[in-house]
Amino acid sequence: MIRYSTVSAVALAASACAASAETTINWWHAMGGELGAKLEEIVQGFNDSQDEYTVVPSYKGTYPETMTAAIAAFRAGEQPTIVQVFEVGTGTMMAADGAIVPVYQLMEEHGQDFDPAAFLPQVVGYYTDTDGNMLSMPFNSSTPILYYNKNVFEAAGLDPETAPKTWAEVEEFSKKIMDSGAATCGFTTGWISWIQTENFSAWHNQPIGTMENGFGGLDAELTVNGPAQVKHWGNLKRLADEGVFKYGGPVGGDNAPPMFYGQECAMIMNSSASRAGVIANATDFEVGYGMLPYYDDVEGAPQNSIIGGATLWTLSGKSDDEYAAAAAFYSYLSSAEVQADWHQFSGYLPITQAAYDLTREQGYYDENPGAETGLQQITLNEPTENSKGLRFGNYVQIRGVIDEEFEQLLSGDKDAQGALDNVVERGNALLQEFREQNQ
Amino acid sequence: MKRTIFRNQLLPWLLLAPQLAITFVFFLWPAAQAVRQSFLREDAFGTRTSFVGLANFEKLWGNAEYLNSLQVTAVFAISVTILSMGLSLILAVAVDRMIRSSRIYTTLLVWPYAVAPAVAGILWWFIFNPTIGIMPYVLAQVGYDWNHISSKSDAMTLVVIASAWKQISYNFLFFVAGLQAIPASLREAAAIDGAGPVRRFFDITFPLLSPTTFFLLVVNIVYAMFDTFGVIDATTEGGPAQATNIMVYKVYFDGFVGQNMGSSAAQSVVLMMLVLVLTVVQFRYVEKKVEY
Repeated sequence: MIRYSTVSAVALAASACAASAETTINWWHAMGGELGAKLEEIVQGFNDSQDEYTVVPSYKGTYPETMTAAIAAFRAGEQPTIVQVFEVGTGTMMAADGAIVPVYQLMEEHGQDFDPAAFLPQVVGYYTDTDGNMLSMPFNSSTPILYYNKNVFEAAGLDPETAPKTWAEVEEFSKKIMDSGAATCGFTTGWISWIQTENFSAWHNQPIGTMENGFGGLDAELTVNGPAQVKHWGNLKRLADEGVFKYGGPVGGDNAPPMFYGQECAMIMNSSASRAGVIANATDFEVGYGMLPYYDDVEGAPQNSIIGGATLWTLSGKSDDEYAAAAAFYSYLSSAEVQADWHQFSGYLPITQAAYDLTREQGYYDENPGAETGLQQITLNEPTENSKGLRFGNYVQIRGVIDEEFEQLLSGDKDAQGALDNVVERGNALLQEFREQNQ
Repeated sequence: MKRTIFRNQLLPWLLLAPQLAITFVFFLWPAAQAVRQSFLREDAFGTRTSFVGLANFEKLWGNAEYLNSLQVTAVFAISVTILSMGLSLILAVAVDRMIRSSRIYTTLLVWPYAVAPAVAGILWWFIFNPTIGIMPYVLAQVGYDWNHISSKSDAMTLVVIASAWKQISYNFLFFVAGLQAIPASLREAAAIDGAGPVRRFFDITFPLLSPTTFFLLVVNIVYAMFDTFGVIDATTEGGPAQATNIMVYKVYFDGFVGQNMGSSAAQSVVLMMLVLVLTVVQFRYVEKKVEY
């Protein structure tokens, strides 16, 4: 008995030794529910694939909560090696050059086979500096697309296989649908900021700010009150008054999806990553997919849409071993198999051409209509300086300003020009504040 | 009066130490940090810090959103206080007239106090949800289109109701206790003199209740300004268009979501001062009118 317990004590000590020989790094993320479970599966795959490094994922709540937790931890010297940050936090992370380790530098220093050209430029462009260096590792990226109710289209006498291409068609189809009584509202949308303002601008090749939408530096200012955007917001207001468009609330527009699922609204514009959720909830009807609508009288439309989602940032102040672990993990994460699996499971875009090709070879897009729509949309044209993304500081608040001014427009307190002028004015004040904080 | 005298000089301090330590660690130290931060300008990660004097405060006075927040807070705090104190006084007076059932009634009325603010917020959010709630459905029957997501006044009404509801139990308990302390002989004497129930309430009960009312006034205003964070966060998140963005919520949002620590700290210092001033004013001026 004594001998037995001695042996097990030795075994225990040995296993403890083996564990301490490994480098353990922390990854703070914001993926709850099924996505979180899948993320842990991916991490487990990495941990099992080699015995040098262990990645420990921790769920830290919503995107803002995760980012805030990481920043607070950094200030206390307890930061994780890797943190997942949403796209609007990009400006803040990039400006904090003492707090982050750029991905290209990390991969170079730790001898990982890293070819920036292997990534989809439309995805990584958002997270690349003006010299073409990748600063963070894209993890979950999506782009907005149009979903429509095929049954309602058919009931209204429309072709259920044809999605509206232009905003004129959206209006025409909506009115037909409402007149026929097939549904009581034409369309709704998630994300007034991300979809109807930022993506709208990129899709029509219109700038939302100076200096390449802020990519050029901290001195950029907003210019989102251009004629195309004013016309679009004005149209949304008019359609809202006519009952054709229904507003789904600020930020992500939480009330929009239920209106589509409940067959109240015939169309919805929302993230390509919500495809699985849409299919799961659309129990009584068939879903059709289309690209975002555009105005055919705006020159350059349709250009390409931009992404949203989150990337992985590496924080400074860690040991070499820990960075080696992070670099090895990024290599694993961007491999075609892992990416294709994540893309197919979650609906997020693949970040490399190889993962895109692999998914196509596997026949995934043939079996899952609509799954490729977002990809076709972001790769429709070579991105211009108006359509590769945006980079502004304090952008979480600026998105709040966009929502608030849109609400002022809907309530009739302001017209489209007045609301967008105010977005620019209030947004620029926030940018000025950010500039002062980071000088 | 007999007083206990400690010979040992150290013992009283030792006995006080836990309380002092808690006050220092959880109240004084964070407050001092907030004051310090309010004079600084920093990026989110704290890698670049500079002393800016009163610049953070100066900016607040020129900021339309902040001035709006002050106004929203005033409307909110006054409405919550009047609604919750008024209702609980009516309920307490009603209980005071009951003889046998008052116990059960009191116990039932205390329940909402056990509900956390965030849970209360969620409850009311469900009841008033424009898509799935019961109230918008009922209101639609009488021709009112309830939508606190786009209507500013609907949103304010919702947060006021949810916050006041939470506080009714607390006020109620104090009013009941206050009413029971008023000698029945006074009211009986007035009744004999021919005063009706309304007259008796305003001439006798209400003045004699004033210490309780005064205490509750202070507590309710402080409650409305600080403790309602959970209700706001769970229902409107300060929207639509900042219509329910009370000061304490703005402090949280600008600091934790917006990562603007300097401005957030300056706002919390202003808030601290405001509550301090309010309480002093209440004790100096309102208390003079109170009859103990």
